[in-house]
Amino acid sequence: MSVNPAMAPFLDPNSVKRGLSRRKVLDKVFVIIGLTVMLACLAILAVLFIDLIKDGSERFTWDFFTNFASRRAERAGILAAWVGTTLIMVVTAICAVPVGVAAAIYLEEYAPKNWFTAIIEINVTNLAGVPSIVYGLLALGLFVYEFDLGQSIAAAGLTLALLILPIVIVATRESIRSVPKAIREAAYGLGATRWEVTKDHVLPYSTGGILTGMILGLSRAIGETAPIITIGALSFIAFLPESPFTSEFPFISFGWLNDPFTAMPIQMFNWVSRPDPAFQANAAAAGAILLGMTLMMNAVAIWIRYRFRKKINW
Amino acid sequence: MKDWQTCARSEVSRRLTITGFKFMKFWNIFGSAAMLMALQAGVAPQAASAQSTIKLDGSSTVFPIAEAVAEEFQISKRGKVRVTVGIAGTGGGFKRFCRGETDVSNASRPILKEEMEACRKAGIKYLELPVAFDALTVVVNPANTWVKALTVADLKKMWEPSAQGRVSRWNQIRPEWPAEPLTLFGPGADSGTFDYFTEAVNGKSKASRGDFAASEDDNVIVQGVENNKNALGYFGYAYYISNKDRVRAVPVVNKSGKAVMPSIEAVNDGSYEPLSRPLFIYVSEPAAQRAEVREFINFYLTEGSELAKEVGYVPLPKEAYQLALKHFKEKKLGTVFGGVPEVGATIDELLAREGKL
Repeated sequence: MSVNPAMAPFLDPNSVKRGLSRRKVLDKVFVIIGLTVMLACLAILAVLFIDLIKDGSERFTWDFFTNFASRRAERAGILAAWVGTTLIMVVTAICAVPVGVAAAIYLEEYAPKNWFTAIIEINVTNLAGVPSIVYGLLALGLFVYEFDLGQSIAAAGLTLALLILPIVIVATRESIRSVPKAIREAAYGLGATRWEVTKDHVLPYSTGGILTGMILGLSRAIGETAPIITIGALSFIAFLPESPFTSEFPFISFGWLNDPFTAMPIQMFNWVSRPDPAFQANAAAAGAILLGMTLMMNAVAIWIRYRFRKKINW
Repeated sequence: MKDWQTCARSEVSRRLTITGFKFMKFWNIFGSAAMLMALQAGVAPQAASAQSTIKLDGSSTVFPIAEAVAEEFQISKRGKVRVTVGIAGTGGGFKRFCRGETDVSNASRPILKEEMEACRKAGIKYLELPVAFDALTVVVNPANTWVKALTVADLKKMWEPSAQGRVSRWNQIRPEWPAEPLTLFGPGADSGTFDYFTEAVNGKSKASRGDFAASEDDNVIVQGVENNKNALGYFGYAYYISNKDRVRAVPVVNKSGKAVMPSIEAVNDGSYEPLSRPLFIYVSEPAAQRAEVREFINFYLTEGSELAKEVGYVPLPKEAYQLALKHFKEKKLGTVFGGVPEVGATIDELLAREGKL
């Protein structure tokens, strides 16, 4: 029995052991590098957050949330800003999510694979990388002037919806793709139509991924300054949009959609560039609260995802 | 056979749709709410609000004054009138103003020819009212012991376009100064402060060397000068007042050869020149017909003096406010600059001139 000389090292038990222990070391090294990078990222976020909280500590009072902007730093608050940001996010989510999910379903489940859908796909992916100011300019021409929405919450919400649409589409497609083919085939095999398969199986099972995409999109939208400054967000506004809830039937009002607004990042930007250093504390506090709002949105998404995942039993 | 099929199918689909059903309900509600909203937004564009709103937009330099006046005015009206202030910049503000979108435009420079043209085309007439002064302040590091005063010629040597890449040491400005590197900080090219400084120092608006640390945020300039012994920078007076202990202001030699520190008195008596500039508001004529806008402008020109001082600007002399108010009441339309940038005009001179649309 002759042994191929090239195979010799693999047959020598000592050499195999040495090779194995070397590979195990490499394995550990990779784990350590990965862990360090991750911890470094978390540490940067933590330092940033702690720094903001420290700088803004004296501003974390109830008044800060219930006061309008003012020329006096200690009297200035973020009422108009956080209400504006919240309402814009509501409009953005309501517009971007149904359209984005529908587009993703069409592209994944219905669209034939041809050059036309290939072009759409490339465009969607590229749109995710378009600078946000471009969306702002588009929205200024389209929503503000063409549709005559003016400098309103509706215009801002639609602008940010456009901005996050590609993110929602891409994330939804990923999660639709992760539903095993066998599930679809089983349902088709039992005579379900394509729509039945989609609504009863594909959608429910991919809800977790869809929500993740939605939150990623909204987290990006909440911090955007450039596009909403372009469409004409205000810096000083000492009144709130019309309340969405009314005391008489039908209890909901949409007047707020047409109201002027300001948003958290704009308020921050304005405070950072003020001459009086006391405003820096306000800016830091507003930054910490904005970060808090984003983290809270993420937490809600994780919770909803957990609830949905628990219900799935294949 | 058929029964068995239906039975099996319904059983399987029941089990598989337990989650799906609830899910669909969620999406249905979501979708119909969205449709309802789209409908509403379509039916009622720009619903007239019950309260009247006065809309201001424009220069971010004038913003602190506008904000202070808007704040106090709303308090004095007990919320019956709403005032909003934006910061689209002087140019951006005029664009909106000449489209008739705003009632008042804040400006850190007079209206330019193209902007006058745009307003004329849209049929928007306007009143030009000075509201305060700003004194551009040249600052150095507190540890800088050699600079006692600067002439406009010194400043020109540092900032003119041909200084780019060539003038890089203090002794190139004056031989008696040390051979230390000269590090320059200034506002970015989009700022009205930059426009005015270059006009006053280099003789042409926007003509400047490009190799200096530019920032749209004046606080960055404060920081830069504070941390570098050999630095020099310029910005609005308000930033100097708020940061007196971090940077040192340099007296600037005026036309009559006197070195003058920027101060409220020096701006008012006209001796701090050429670096003091007036700030304006432009009121559109249709808006000026409205009672609440008239009241607002009245408030601006009577209380504005105290408020401007509070936020770090130099108020006009009392008589100037009274004269401006008189012009407003008499509807003196147009600009007194004719659309050309100008340096060094005193406030009395400006208020005595005839306006042009």
